[in-house]
Amino acid sequence: MMKTEKKVQEPIFHVVKKDGVVLWRAWLIRAAAIVLALLVCALLILVMTDQTPVEVFESIFEGAIGVRGVNVMALFQSAAMLLCISLAVTPAFKMKFWNIGAEGQVLMGGLAAAACMICLRGVVPNGVLILLIFVTGVLAGMLWGVIPALFKAQWGTNETLFTLMMNYAAMQIVSFFVVKWENPKNSGKIGIINQRGEFKQAGWLPELFDVDYLLNILIVLAVMILAWVYLKYSKQGFEITVVGESENTARYVGINVKKVIIRTMAISGAICGLAGVLLVAGTHHTIAANTAGGNGFTAVMVSWLAKFNPFVMAGVSFFIAFLEKGAGGLATNTGLNASFADIIIGILLFFIIGCEFFLNYRIVVNKQRFSGRLKQKGGE
Amino acid sequence: MKKILSALLVVAMLATLVVTFASCKADDDEFKVGFIFLHDENSTYDKNFMDAATAATEALGLDKETQVFFVTNVPEGQECYEKAKELANKGCDVIFADSFGHEDYMIQAAEEFPEVQFCHATGTKAHTEDDLDNFHNAFASIYEGRYLAGIVAGLKLNAMISAGAITADKAKMGYVGAMPYAEVKSGLTAFYLGAKSVCPTVTMDVKYTNSWYDMTKEQEAANALMDGGCVLISQHADSMGAPNACEARNVPNVSYNGSTTAACPKTALISSRIDWAPYFEYMIKQAQEGKEIVDDYTGSLKDGSVKLTALNTAAAAPGTQEAIDAAKAKLIAGELHVFDTDTFTVKGAKVTTYLADVDTDETWQGETEVIKDGYFHESEYRSAPYFDLDIDGITTLQ
Repeated sequence: MMKTEKKVQEPIFHVVKKDGVVLWRAWLIRAAAIVLALLVCALLILVMTDQTPVEVFESIFEGAIGVRGVNVMALFQSAAMLLCISLAVTPAFKMKFWNIGAEGQVLMGGLAAAACMICLRGVVPNGVLILLIFVTGVLAGMLWGVIPALFKAQWGTNETLFTLMMNYAAMQIVSFFVVKWENPKNSGKIGIINQRGEFKQAGWLPELFDVDYLLNILIVLAVMILAWVYLKYSKQGFEITVVGESENTARYVGINVKKVIIRTMAISGAICGLAGVLLVAGTHHTIAANTAGGNGFTAVMVSWLAKFNPFVMAGVSFFIAFLEKGAGGLATNTGLNASFADIIIGILLFFIIGCEFFLNYRIVVNKQRFSGRLKQKGGE
Repeated sequence: MKKILSALLVVAMLATLVVTFASCKADDDEFKVGFIFLHDENSTYDKNFMDAATAATEALGLDKETQVFFVTNVPEGQECYEKAKELANKGCDVIFADSFGHEDYMIQAAEEFPEVQFCHATGTKAHTEDDLDNFHNAFASIYEGRYLAGIVAGLKLNAMISAGAITADKAKMGYVGAMPYAEVKSGLTAFYLGAKSVCPTVTMDVKYTNSWYDMTKEQEAANALMDGGCVLISQHADSMGAPNACEARNVPNVSYNGSTTAACPKTALISSRIDWAPYFEYMIKQAQEGKEIVDDYTGSLKDGSVKLTALNTAAAAPGTQEAIDAAKAKLIAGELHVFDTDTFTVKGAKVTTYLADVDTDETWQGETEVIKDGYFHESEYRSAPYFDLDIDGITTLQ
C-alpha cells in the first residue's frame, strides 16, 4: 500500500541557542541596543511633544541626580535598595526557586523595625535599640521567606503562587499596624517615627560622616561582596547551583535538597528583611503598605538581567534607579505626564531585554521554505 | 574580564559624582517658588492645587519658566524631603506641598533650610513646633462651604416633601466619607446642619470607605445608602463613584472639589471647593517682602478661599440661590455660626464645653476648650479642622 505522504510543515524560522558571544562583542551589542532605544525615544518625543530630545534627556539627567547634583546620594541610595533586594532574591533564583515574595519579605522586615522604633523607644538605650531593629527585622524577613520554603520542601507546593500571596498577607498586616499606630489619630498614616521631641531620632540609623544614606550604601556593598563570595566560593553556594540545575543530580550526589531549599530561602528572606530595616530605620523612618515600592518585583528583573552576578547587578540597579528618578524629573521639568516617563523607561528596558535574547539565541531562517514562499508571492 | 567591567562601572559612577559636584554654581537672586504635588493633573485633588498655583503665580507676574517650579507625583515618603531639598537648592524662597502625608518630610526640610519658607496644606503641626519659624500650615473653613451646600440639599428635600415624593419623616440623606478623620467629620456635620437649618426633620446616614480615592468602594457605599432609604447623597471622597451612582438612580447629589454637573446633569445640585489661589498669593507676597507667614492660615468665604460651584438650577429647588446668598452674607458678617450649639445636641444634650484635640501629641487627648460664645470655634486654634463630635441625627453605618 502506498503511504500517503503527509508533508511535515516546517516553520519558516526557528530559534537556536547560541554559543557564548565574546564579552567585548556582547557589550558592544548592548551599547548599540541602548543607542537604538534612545533613538526610538527621541523619535517619539519629536512626534508627540514640542520638546527637543536633548531637552528631554537633560531633564532625565537632572531628575536623576538633582539640580547641581544635590540628590546624587539619594540616587545611590535608591540603587542600593534595589541592589540589596536583587541580591536577596538571587540565591533563590539560582536554585530555580521562584521567590516572587521579596516585596512582602521587605515589608515584614520594615514592620519589625518600625515596631521596635515605636514600642522600645526610651525603654532600651539607642545602641541596643538599633541592634534589636536589625535582629528583629532580619528575622521577620527570614520568617516570611521560610514559610513558603517549608511548604515547598515538605509538600511540594507551588512557590511562585505561595510567595506572591505572602506579599498580600504582608501588606494587610502592615495596613493593620498603620491603623494601630497612626499619627495623627484616624488619618491612616504613621508619619515620621521619632521625628522630634523626647525620643528624637530614636532607632534611626546614624548618618556616617554627615553624608546622607552612606551607612545604607556601605551595608549593601558589604552584602554584595558577601553574596558574591557565598555564591561563588562556598560549599553552600555550590549546592544551590546543583539543586538549581537538577534536583535529581543533587539528590544523587547526596545533597539534602529540602535542607538547601529552606536554608537558601532563609538567607533570601533575611537579606530582604535587612532591606526592610534599611528602608524604615535608615531612609523613610515610617512604614506604609507601599514602603517596598515595587522593588521586590523589579529586583527579579535585575537579578536575571545580571545573570546572578552581584557586581553586574550593582550596575543594572544603578541604571534602573537612574531611569526611574530621571523619569520623575522628566515629568516635572517638561510638564509631560508621568505616564510618558514610564513609556521612555519601557522602551529602554524593552531594547535591553530584547538584546539579551539575541545575545543568547540565533534565529535560523529556513531558506528553502522562505524562498518558496517568495516565489509563491511572486506568482500571485 | 568581569572584574575589569565592574571596576569600570564604579569609575563611571564616581565620575558622575565628580561632574555633578564640579558643576555647582551660585544662584541668582531672583525670587522663586516651588510646589510639590502628590499626583499630577489626572487627580482632581491635585488639579485643584495646580490650577490655583498657576492662577496665583500668573496674577503676581512670576515667570513660569524661571521662577515657578512644579514637582508632580511625589509620594508621601523620603522622596518628598528630597524634592523639597532640591527645590531649596534651586533657590526657591518658598516651597509648598499639598498632601497630608508630606508634612513630616516638609518639617525635616524646614529644619535643614531655615532661610526658606515651607508651607503645607491640611497639616496640623506648625502651631506646636515652636522652634520652627519657617514651617506653616494652611487650610480653609470649608465647613462653611459645606454648610451652604447643606442648605441646597435641605431645600431640595423640602421640595420633595411638598411634591409628595417623600414624607417629612423620610427625609434621610446619605454621606460617603473617606475616613472617620476630623476633617471629614467636620465637613459632614456642617453639611447636615446646613440641611437641618431649612429642613428640621432631616437625618443622615454616613458610610466610610477608609480610602481617600476608591471609585468602586464609593459607588458601593452610595448604592448601599440609597438601598437603606437615603433620598439624597453627598460625599467627601475624591472619585466620581458616588455622583455616578446617584445619576444612574436619579437621586440628587451634592459634590466636592469641582462641579459634577456636566457628568451628572439630572442629579448634581452644587459642590463646594477650596480655592487655594488666595493663600498662594498671600504666601508668595509675604515671602517676597520678607514678612512672616502665619503658622496657620485659614482661608474663608470672605477671602475667596471657600467657593461654591454654579448651582444646577435644573435639579435644585427654586429659590435656592437666594437662600445661599443670604446665609453666605450672614456667615461672612459673623451673625451666623455653623456649629452654633443651639442647633445641635450630642446624646440628647446641648454641648456647653468640649476639649478638642488641637495639638498633635502622643496622648490624643483634647486640651483646648473650643466652645465659647455659644458656638464651636472650628479652625481657629489651628487651620486644619478638629470638630469630631458625633451629633444626634447622624448615624454611622458599618
